[in-house]
Amino acid sequence: MNWNSPSEFFAMGGYALYVWGSFGVTVACLIGEVLLIRKRRHDILTSLRRELAADRAADKATHSMEHQ
Amino acid sequence: MNNRLLNWFKFASPQSFYPLAGKMLPWFALLTVAFGLPALWLGFFVAPTDAVQGEGYRIIFIHVAASWMSMFIYCIMAFWAAVGIVYNTRLSGMMTAALAPTGALFAFLSLWTGALWGKPMWGTWWVWDARLTSELILFFLYLGYIALTSALDDPRRADRAGGLLALVGVVNVPIIYFSVKWWNTLHQGASVSLTKSPTMAHTMLWGMLLMALCCWMYTIAVALYRVRAIILERERHTTWVSELPEVKA
Repeated sequence: MNWNSPSEFFAMGGYALYVWGSFGVTVACLIGEVLLIRKRRHDILTSLRRELAADRAADKATHSMEHQ
Repeated sequence: MNNRLLNWFKFASPQSFYPLAGKMLPWFALLTVAFGLPALWLGFFVAPTDAVQGEGYRIIFIHVAASWMSMFIYCIMAFWAAVGIVYNTRLSGMMTAALAPTGALFAFLSLWTGALWGKPMWGTWWVWDARLTSELILFFLYLGYIALTSALDDPRRADRAGGLLALVGVVNVPIIYFSVKWWNTLHQGASVSLTKSPTMAHTMLWGMLLMALCCWMYTIAVALYRVRAIILERERHTTWVSELPEVKA
């Protein structure tokens, strides 16, 4: 084990800014990327569902007109 | 045509690849964590303090993995671009497009962690050295691909133009890799080579390799996730998309 205490671990032997700056930004970027893709998928699914609902409504309208 | 070839072409259609990608996605997400946690544990708790660089060298675990990925992903993009140009398959263009943002991200992280490592060790955030400059060009190639493909309205034309850019730009990858040999650079030589035994402690090496595997799995998972969204966007007017359970619900 390299560390005697949590504070020693976070100090990284004086390189805290550089080490945590590297790992922190990396983790933030990876999480951010996943969230962006999740939003992209959510957006296209919402738009597809709306389109489908509009199509169904249009079908219903033409259907009822045929019956009149 | 034999069966194996038939199967291969079956999954080249977006319609059959979409559910397959959905099935593979959770496994690669799981593998990302399964490789990532032991990699971080080795890197922070097992690997010894460096004699020269103290604890600052621990940036290596993310820096090397990110740099490798930035180069690998570009090669895979060029591969899909070549497949797309030769066979004119739709899925290959979607795969190239799905990989580009992740590649750009890793190229950025390679430069970012490199700057944070360079400052305490070399005394500078940046130098116009061959390795650093060629990696910066790689980052711009990714951004160029993204800008070019999003500027064209017709996705098939965007695939062709982007594919050409990806193929031409691939010459930069060996330049990055060999830059530390060809030119006298400030950047150090390769720490891991296929022909020589590694020049570092075994625990450090294992930490790096596990982190590289973690980044591989992450890349595959994220590319599958993104390609599924791209397939939905591009196939939105097809019947099979409107019949998907996630759309009907």
